[in-house]
Parts: sequence; C-alpha cells; structure tokens
Amino acid sequence: MKVAYWPGCVSRGFTPELHGAMAKVAPALGIELIELNRANCSGCGVIAEHSQELADSLNARTFALAQKEIEQGADLMMNICSTCQGAQSECQERLDASAAYRAEVNKHLTPEGLEYAKGIVNKNFLWVLVEELGLEELGKLVKRPLTDLRVGPFYGCYIVRPTDRIGIDDEHPRDSYLELVIETLGGTVVDYAGAQKCCGFPISLMQPDTSFKMAGRHLGDAKDAEADCLVTPCPLCHLNLDMQQPVVSKAVGRDLQMPVLHLPQMVGLALGMSPKELGLSKHVVKPTSVIDWSTSVVGAVGALSAA
Amino acid sequence: MSSTETTNDGASTKVEGLQEFTLRLRRYDPESGKPAYYEEFTIELEPHRSVLDGILQAKNDEDGSIGIRCSCRAAICGSCGTRINDKPGLACHTHLDEALKRSKDGKITVEPLGNMPVIKDLIVDMDAVHWKKQARVTPWLLPSEPLPEREHIVPREAMVDVTQSMACIQCGACVSDCLSMEIDPLFVGPAALAKTYRFVGDPRDARHQQRLNDLAQDPHGLYACTHCFNCIEACPKGVAPMSQIMRLRRIASQDHHIVDRNNGERHEMAIVNSVKKYGTLNEANMIPDSYGGKLHPASARAMLASLPVITKALLRRKVTPKSALFHPKSPDQAQIKRIYREVGEREQRLEHNLYITQPDEDPAEIAAHEAHVAAAAAREAAAKPGVDQTGAGA
Repeated sequence: MKVAYWPGCVSRGFTPELHGAMAKVAPALGIELIELNRANCSGCGVIAEHSQELADSLNARTFALAQKEIEQGADLMMNICSTCQGAQSECQERLDASAAYRAEVNKHLTPEGLEYAKGIVNKNFLWVLVEELGLEELGKLVKRPLTDLRVGPFYGCYIVRPTDRIGIDDEHPRDSYLELVIETLGGTVVDYAGAQKCCGFPISLMQPDTSFKMAGRHLGDAKDAEADCLVTPCPLCHLNLDMQQPVVSKAVGRDLQMPVLHLPQMVGLALGMSPKELGLSKHVVKPTSVIDWSTSVVGAVGALSAA
Repeated sequence: MSSTETTNDGASTKVEGLQEFTLRLRRYDPESGKPAYYEEFTIELEPHRSVLDGILQAKNDEDGSIGIRCSCRAAICGSCGTRINDKPGLACHTHLDEALKRSKDGKITVEPLGNMPVIKDLIVDMDAVHWKKQARVTPWLLPSEPLPEREHIVPREAMVDVTQSMACIQCGACVSDCLSMEIDPLFVGPAALAKTYRFVGDPRDARHQQRLNDLAQDPHGLYACTHCFNCIEACPKGVAPMSQIMRLRRIASQDHHIVDRNNGERHEMAIVNSVKKYGTLNEANMIPDSYGGKLHPASARAMLASLPVITKALLRRKVTPKSALFHPKSPDQAQIKRIYREVGEREQRLEHNLYITQPDEDPAEIAAHEAHVAAAAAREAAAKPGVDQTGAGA
C-alpha cells in the first residue's frame, strides 16, 4: 500500500518521536509513505475560525498535492493527527458539497497548476490500520503481543465528532477502532470515562487552569481504572497529556505518572521494535520507567523465544 | 415490583409488531436522603416508538413516581432532554430500536442531563444553569434608537443566516455534555453563545461590538470553548453551537478588532501568522505570540511558568535548541502567501454554511433518475402503437 502522507506540524515539532515512529513502523506494515513535504498546516480548526475560505483553500491545496501523488499511484492520503483529520474533514465537507464553492476556492490554486477534485480519501493512520490493512493482517504481524498491558484509548475530539462528518456509521465504527487495535495487538482495553473527551489542549493558552484540569481528570480516571498507559492518535492531545503532565499533576494535586503512547509506537512495540527506536525515551513521562516491561509486554517475548 | 426482571412472562399475549425493551432509569430523589440508584423496567412497544413513549408506559403501568419532564412529544418543545446510553438528546426524538442499537448490554439507559443539578429522577434544574446562562447574554434584540416608524427593512440573506441559531429549542442537550463546563461550571456555554450569534448575526441589533467585547473579555466566555464538538453532536435541531461560537470569534477579531485579555485573538493570529510565514506551525512561538510578543511581561511570566516543561522537553531531546529557534519555511511559501493575500483582499467574506446551502445534487443520481423517466416514457410510447411517435417529443 502506498499513501500520500501528511505528517502534520506537531509530529515534526514538539512530538518528533511520532513522525519517527511512523517512519519505522510503516515499512513493517507494508505501507510506503510518500511524504507531502510541500503541503501546509491544516489550520487545526483555528484558521477556519479566522477565515473559512482561507482554511478551505489551504487544505484544498494539500488535497490537490495529495491527488497528484494518487495520480502517480498512491492509494489514498494518510495523516497521523486526529486534529488534522478533523480540520481537513471539515474543509472537505464544504468543498465536496458545492461545485460552485469548490471552483471559487480552486481559483487560488490555479496559478501553480493545482486543482482539488471532489472526493479525496484522507484517512488517519488508525483508520488505515482497520479499514485498509485490516485487523486480521495486523494481528498476523504481531511478534510481541502486548500481553498484560492495560491500555486506555484516548481518541481526541476531532477524530470522533461530529459523527456524520467523520464518517462513523454501522459499517465504520471508527469510534471503537482504538479498542479493536489494542485488542488485536494483544493488550487489554481499559474502560474509563475520558476516552472520547477533550484533552484541553485547544485552550491551554487561553484558559490554562481549565485546560490542565481537563487533562488531569482523564489521566486520573485512567489511573483509577488501573491503566498502565494511554494511547492516542493525536499529537496535540499528547502535548497536554504527556509534555504538560508535570504541570497537569500540579493543577489537579495528584501525582499522575501516566505514560501516553502515540498510536504508531504502540503498534511498533507489538511488532517487536524496541522502546528506544520508537522514541519512547523522548516522552516526558517515560513509559520505560513507569511500565514494568519485563512483566507486561516482554512477558510475551519469552513465549516467542520458546516457540 | 418485578421491574428488574428482563424477561416478561406476559409476552405470550404480545400484539404483533410489539417488541420488549428494558429501560434502565436513573432514579434519584434528593428529598429522600437516599443515594441515586438504577431501576429497570420492561416495556412493550413498536420499535419505531420513542424512548419517551417507553418511559411513559413504565410510568403509567408500573411506577407513577418516575420523574420525567415532557410536553409536545414531537421534538418541538425541548422538555424531554435526557442522556440516553451516554449521549444527550430528546427522549421523544430517539427511537427505541436506535437506542437499543447503541446500547452495550441490550438495555436502554436513561439518565438526567449532565452539568445541571437533579431535581428528581430525569428532571434537572434548568433554572440553575441553562436559563441563568441564557440570561447572561442579554437574549433580546437591542436595536438602534430611534426605532423606525414601521418595520425594520433587512436583507433576506441576513435573516436566513440567523435561522440556524434560531432553531434552538432550549432543550439543554448541548449544555449537558459541554466538556468545558464539566471542568469550569462558570463557562457561559454552547446554548447561550449560540443565542448570542442569533443577535450578533442580526442586522437590526445595534450592540454587536458590546456583546462580543463583553464575552471576549470574560474568562468564562467566548474563548473558554475547547472546540470538542460535543454540542454539535448533541443538538437535535442542527444548531451546531460550536460553529456559531467560531463565527462569533471571527466577527470579534476580524470585524471589531477586539483584543481580549484571555489571549483569544492573539492566539488566533499567532496560528494564522505562523502558517502565513512558514506554512506550518512554529510551536516555539505560540506562547510568546499568544501572550503579546516576546517582550511582553505576560509572555515572560508564561515562559517562566513553562520553564520546567521546556527544560524537560530539551533534556529528553524532544526539542533541540536548533529546532526551537529555527523553524523551516515551506518551499512553496510564496504560494501560501498569495492565497492569504487573495482571501484578505475580498470585500466580503466568502462562507459556505451547509445548514443553509444544501449539498449539490449528485449528477449520477440525477442521470439515473432521467434515464428512469426516459425508459418509462419509451415503454409507455411502445405500449401505444397508434400514437405518432415522431411528434411525441415536439
């Protein structure tokens, strides 16, 4: 499978371990990444808040670049950020709905010979895992099942709401894919209140106290449910849940110590890659120092070597 | 009462088309001094009937003390807002079969709306939260004086634009699941902000600037929405409160140039300008730019507060001094800047609201329909051999 790959800004900024882990994991899954390094920020919803036409034009530009790769043989466009997915889906919804509006937006792209044609398929890595690769195929690739690892899913708002825009229906229960992937990789899903709530990141510079208490509540709920770690397909959630966790702990008056994995990292661990090559040492709350890998994940490695 | 039984022996007398459903209602009477509990009721109705019909059957047949507020039963009055299987909505607007499909254990759980105190069972105190917040935003028209002698003359499109926010039936479903309000109960919330757009979008109102400034400066106002989409998902009438909040922000910053003390406008511009300059977000500049620039005292305070986080990020090699100080520009930055310029030069903002403009009809669907009509006409013509077919289409 070949994908026109939009990594987003944060995965190459403050969560470089995400971009790195994706690059490591993709070949192991048989995914060839054609990086869209000329594409632009999705606007994370804020540019759309500033000007709808600007956000729609910028994302139409990214889509048009991806469609050039699709013409050259890529199967679809892929992103690794819930927020990019949501912001891009919002623009795509407007662009696809009206030929007249699309033509107006496309005028901004014509000087460079770009044009967005209705109907691009743009999927987050999570959706690619379930819908393109398939859970059965993913399961076959597992070398080190996440046995005994208790994982709390954390989706990020942009990838689960609004359900019709995000394409969640009976055939595509995308709001349960993280659970399905955790189970496929051999882990145990932890049921806790925060899985589809907001991490608070969007207001971290406007209302820091509310923002950090949001993150703290979900991390605390996961801890109460005895999660070993969380996993998220959203690097912005990761910033509030992991990078800010020392501040978040203070805001809620609780020592949280909850590691948060990026989705490709969790997949990589199950595929047998080492925590270090997946960039786990770059996390603020180091999963390697909190999870006892010898009894949880690594327990299965013994089984593997015995086999 | 045998209401907790999931099977019903009386089912032998079942009328055709009826189906048995188990409702699990959250019961709570603050005056009883007892804690809340869940009670199950088995009801029998056609699957297309509403959850409200189910609750009323349980109330009629089994326990008259079940507390539920309802009136129109047709998704107009907004009285029966409840949480059904963890999602807020109208009990009268949720079919039993749909609710069952969303259930994890084959039972339909009905709870009172969130973020508001419970009066009894499924009835919440709307006065304490919802109506108080509505009153906070001056929910009536403040026209310019003197009033016109007769009616206000306004462009039709302007009124069409506010119909979306006017569709609100004050059911409280969006307030129930507002994630900002869950943490900050003082947040003015989605319903009241959607109501604000109803007046800020109305050309007859003369206080747009004051309304926006008031809410932009309020720490629990315009910029306390965390963009979680829960209100859009919750609303049974398509009001999309969060979309109205984004429009309020757009008008506040772009049309009225309101610079607020919550960094809302500065944060918006920090992101907009970063993409204009680099094509991507330069996260290292987000704090200083959102707090008034690198030299602003508020920036220095924020950076100082973030110092432990920054230090840790550097120590873990998440961020390197080079990546923090030098942000690469997109190779196509000239294109991106041109798009910014072209959009900025428009006299009137180009917006596309799908609530008002329905999606284009699908050409494939239209073609299929036309083919179907043509085929039917041909069949009809063939069945009447006496008619002169050459003149039929003239």
